Amino acid sequence: MDARIKIIAVLAALALLLVVLELVRRRRLLERYALLWLLSAGVILILAIWTSGLNSLAKLLGIASGPNALFFVAIGFVLFLLLHFSVAISRLSDQVTILAQRQAILDERGGAPSEVLFDDDAGDLGAQGSDGITLHESR
Amino acid sequence: MTNTATPRALIVMPALNEAATIGEVISSIREASGSFDVIVVDDGSTDGTAVSARDAGARVLRLPFNLGIGGAVQAGFKYALDNGYEQLIQVDADGQHEPREVCKLLEVMRQDPQIDVVCGSRFKTDTGYVAPISRRTGIHIFAFLLSRLVGQPVTDPTSGFRLYNRRAIELFAFDYPSDYPEVEAVLMLHHHQLRMVETSVQMYQRGGGDSSIGSGKSAYYMVKVLLALLVGLARKRPKVGERRSADKPVTMET
Repeated sequence: MDARIKIIAVLAALALLLVVLELVRRRRLLERYALLWLLSAGVILILAIWTSGLNSLAKLLGIASGPNALFFVAIGFVLFLLLHFSVAISRLSDQVTILAQRQAILDERGGAPSEVLFDDDAGDLGAQGSDGITLHESR
Repeated sequence: MTNTATPRALIVMPALNEAATIGEVISSIREASGSFDVIVVDDGSTDGTAVSARDAGARVLRLPFNLGIGGAVQAGFKYALDNGYEQLIQVDADGQHEPREVCKLLEVMRQDPQIDVVCGSRFKTDTGYVAPISRRTGIHIFAFLLSRLVGQPVTDPTSGFRLYNRRAIELFAFDYPSDYPEVEAVLMLHHHQLRMVETSVQMYQRGGGDSSIGSGKSAYYMVKVLLALLVGLARKRPKVGERRSADKPVTMET
């Protein structure tokens, strides 16, 4: 493997590791998601440093050059992470739906005034009067 | 909560920006079937739908933001479950459905207590209703597919004029599809061995507001529902009565 790509790969993997750790330290990233990133960065770092290991992996996979094997592994991790996030987002939207429904039912029970708590289509309630035309049309 | 007598049937109207017509629709529903409670599920409207509905004498579930038709209707199922209703009638808020035909649906269920869901169909017999072409194509494709999947003729799988009994309420309060939910719901009923029948109803052209499904989005939703149908075939659904822990009614704290 060319020395330049080796240096670049090592630096990039190190940078990723540091950024992830810093995000966790600042509580901007939950440990549960950080672990996946750390795993990805760690594996890429090891393969970037350990040239003979990378080359035998490339041979095993039928890939002509070591750096390509590194790309292959990295893309594999990226796809896995993305899918993982889609699953997480789907679960979150399920939970948000449940919360919204529960909140509406509790509101009705408590006789709370109807307010738009969060409206992602318009800036405010819109004109409630005369002609029913909203001030802010959708997105 | 001001429950006077034992609640029996609940009329659920999902509504999104229907302020112009909803008052009238509620009035005619109450006139035709005054003994039922009416609840409007306001799916994040920005035009004062909730106020109009309340002025017309309906209760209102005000969703804090737009969930889409499936999430809105499911809120109605949850409300019905929490408040012990035995039957739920879903009616569109735009005046498409004939209020007097609520009783027709109820009568079908009364005559055969084995039936869990009665679905008002525009196409079972020729009622003169013509859907816009963009929707008709989808409806026919779904009708064809569903009829084969569930082994009984389904003529109007997207009809939102339906009567559900307690078993169906329990099922859908905990698991209800999101887009074109009526289509997938038919398949769910089949999987859970709940019985659905169709009965012919009148349907009017929309009175006002925007349909929940514009023609541009029709194709997108169709593909989405097709995916849901095909995946749904291989899906294990929670049994009726098995509750997801995340979603217990607040009154049933253990």
